Amino acid sequence: MSENLKLVEYTKPIAPPVNSIGALEWLKKNLFNNWFNSVLTIVSAIVLYLVVTNALYWVFIEAQWAVISNNYKLFMVGQYPVSELWRVWVALLFASLLFGMSSGVWKGTMIRIASILTLIYLLHIIVPFTATESKVWLSAQIGVLIFGYFLGSFLPKAKWITLIGWFFVIPVSILLLRGFGIGAFPLVRTNLWNGLLLTILISIVAIVLSMPIGVLLALGRTSKLPAIKYFCISYIELIRGIPLITILFMAQIIVPLFLPPGMAIDNVVRVMIGATLFTSAYMAENVRGGLQSIPKGQYEAAKTIGLNPVQTTTFIILPQALRAIIPTIVGQSISMFKDTTLVAIVGLVDLLGIAQSVKSNPDFLGRHMEVYIFIAFVYWVIAYTMSYSSRRLEKSLGVGER
Amino acid sequence: MAQSQVKIVEDPAVQEGEAIITCTNVNKWFGDMHVLKDVNLNITKGEVLVILGPSGSGKSTFIRTINGLEEIQKGDIEIDGVTLSHDIKAVEAIRKDTGMVFQQFNLFPHMTILKNIMLAPIWVRKKPKKEAEKLAMELLERVGIPEQADKYPGQLSGGQQQRVAIARALAMQPEIMLFDEPTSALDPEMIKEVLDVMKELARSGITMIVVTHEMGFAREVADRIVLFDNGEIIEMGTPVELFDNPQHDRTKLFLSQIL
Ligand SMILES: Nc1ncnc2c1ncn2[C@@H]1O[C@H](COP(=O)(O)OP(=O)(O)O)[C@@H](O)[C@H]1O
Ligand SMILES: [Mg+2]
Repeated sequence: MSENLKLVEYTKPIAPPVNSIGALEWLKKNLFNNWFNSVLTIVSAIVLYLVVTNALYWVFIEAQWAVISNNYKLFMVGQYPVSELWRVWVALLFASLLFGMSSGVWKGTMIRIASILTLIYLLHIIVPFTATESKVWLSAQIGVLIFGYFLGSFLPKAKWITLIGWFFVIPVSILLLRGFGIGAFPLVRTNLWNGLLLTILISIVAIVLSMPIGVLLALGRTSKLPAIKYFCISYIELIRGIPLITILFMAQIIVPLFLPPGMAIDNVVRVMIGATLFTSAYMAENVRGGLQSIPKGQYEAAKTIGLNPVQTTTFIILPQALRAIIPTIVGQSISMFKDTTLVAIVGLVDLLGIAQSVKSNPDFLGRHMEVYIFIAFVYWVIAYTMSYSSRRLEKSLGVGER
Repeated sequence: MAQSQVKIVEDPAVQEGEAIITCTNVNKWFGDMHVLKDVNLNITKGEVLVILGPSGSGKSTFIRTINGLEEIQKGDIEIDGVTLSHDIKAVEAIRKDTGMVFQQFNLFPHMTILKNIMLAPIWVRKKPKKEAEKLAMELLERVGIPEQADKYPGQLSGGQQQRVAIARALAMQPEIMLFDEPTSALDPEMIKEVLDVMKELARSGITMIVVTHEMGFAREVADRIVLFDNGEIIEMGTPVELFDNPQHDRTKLFLSQIL
């Protein structure tokens, strides 16, 4: 009887030992475990202290941020006419709605992205220099985003509606921004599209279009038809051998050659085409890497269950290949986003271009530090959000696990 | 040598019943390497044929030629009256009638078990989704793992994955099932569960060609065993004939090594 009791006691689950060490002990173990590390720790602490205090002093005391707040509209949308600004807000409403719906449909990573966006809107509402009208629009963005979340969660077929929405958001926004030259939509020429608006439009167009083109080029490269195969190889190798700046210059000269006489193409569109053609070649190489990572057995299994080559590629090979290269695709997108700064050279005024003109405004002489730090911060927030989302996405899709 | 092969083809056991696969003088080279040398073999409907032989003797290559995964350079393979040729349509038609199970399972890792099985019925057989799902669940019941339907292949044990692979092949409702060492990549304790599924299949009357090293299975289930060596069929017969009274020296050598 007593032995039985003992047995029961032994089989009780035992919690794993808690690995707790005090703060002092942690310091000792990690920072002061020998004389060399102790010296390193102390030196780094001093350097860190000087950098942080000086940086904080500069940011909060010395810097004059009026150069940013007074020119905020310029940084965001450049010379886009104030009377037509509502169109930018409406385009953004569309995007906010989709971000909201996506977070309702897919939850997880999308909720985080939507939260970051909401946070950015909120910050803009809180800071004192935002115009009242803008605050109303910003609140509307948040409202639409939350509404989108509930739509995405509860609407039947929300997934499909959201996907279709994403498909149309860019063309619709571009049309809306440009206008039709009638009634409430007078034409806004693209030379007035500047600042962050231009940066984002060029990057998104180049990134989004380069994916399907890159996939086609990568598949074409493996084609059995020599004409297609060598066309793709030449294209990829040619573009990868030329700097983006050169391509942007060439887009100015070469693209018009392919157009019927008398038809002019807008400068911004030409740059978008140039950037897309450039990124596509790199996307193609990324996709090729993904395709090569698929074991031969997958092709064979698909064949033996009777799938034809097109079905095999669409259902079996591409989904796995693209999943495997999410990190590279996002890396590529981030560098494209940052490379848009080069468009200044062919006469477009992107975020960096606006920074250049703002800092040479006599009213804000000597404030270049503030200007550059601000735009660096904007680039960083966007680029970091992308890489953060990609890491989350990788995790949730289980990339790297088979 | 060629003489003895002609004799094999004329073996009365092969002639009875209706031949579903006819291989005549099948030859295959990889570069300069002659891996299949004048292989002649008829397989009857409903027969379970086990292929034995040392590693590198051409067993995999041979069964892969039957569903066109490998092209042959000389000879003829006729399946259900259709000759395998370079014509991709003929090959695709034959693939719809043959299922294949690989040593490495080759499940699609990005799809759930159920989706793996439903894919071919939906896209190749053009079945409605509901019907394909019902069929997939029935097949999962048949291989004994209906509760795994919504998991991904990576979450299953090797034995379970191989059973899913069998279900996926069966979903095309093939007349012929090809197995290339289906248990060789499995831990010992999982071999039985896969062999049990295969035995049940054999009893159901489907035509099976099985490359394996499982002698117990061969003895119990095979209607006929062929022994490959160096790209040739060197001996053929019922399990009793082959195991208890092997004729060829190389057969004896092989059996002494493996038993
Ligand atoms: N794709 C290939 N390319 C070149 N040689 C191959 C290929 N596949 C198999 N072989 C060779 O063909 C011979 C027969 O191989 P295989 O049919 O796999 O034998 P088994 O399955 O009996 O072990 C081996 O020598 C092997 O190295
Ligand atoms: Mg083999």
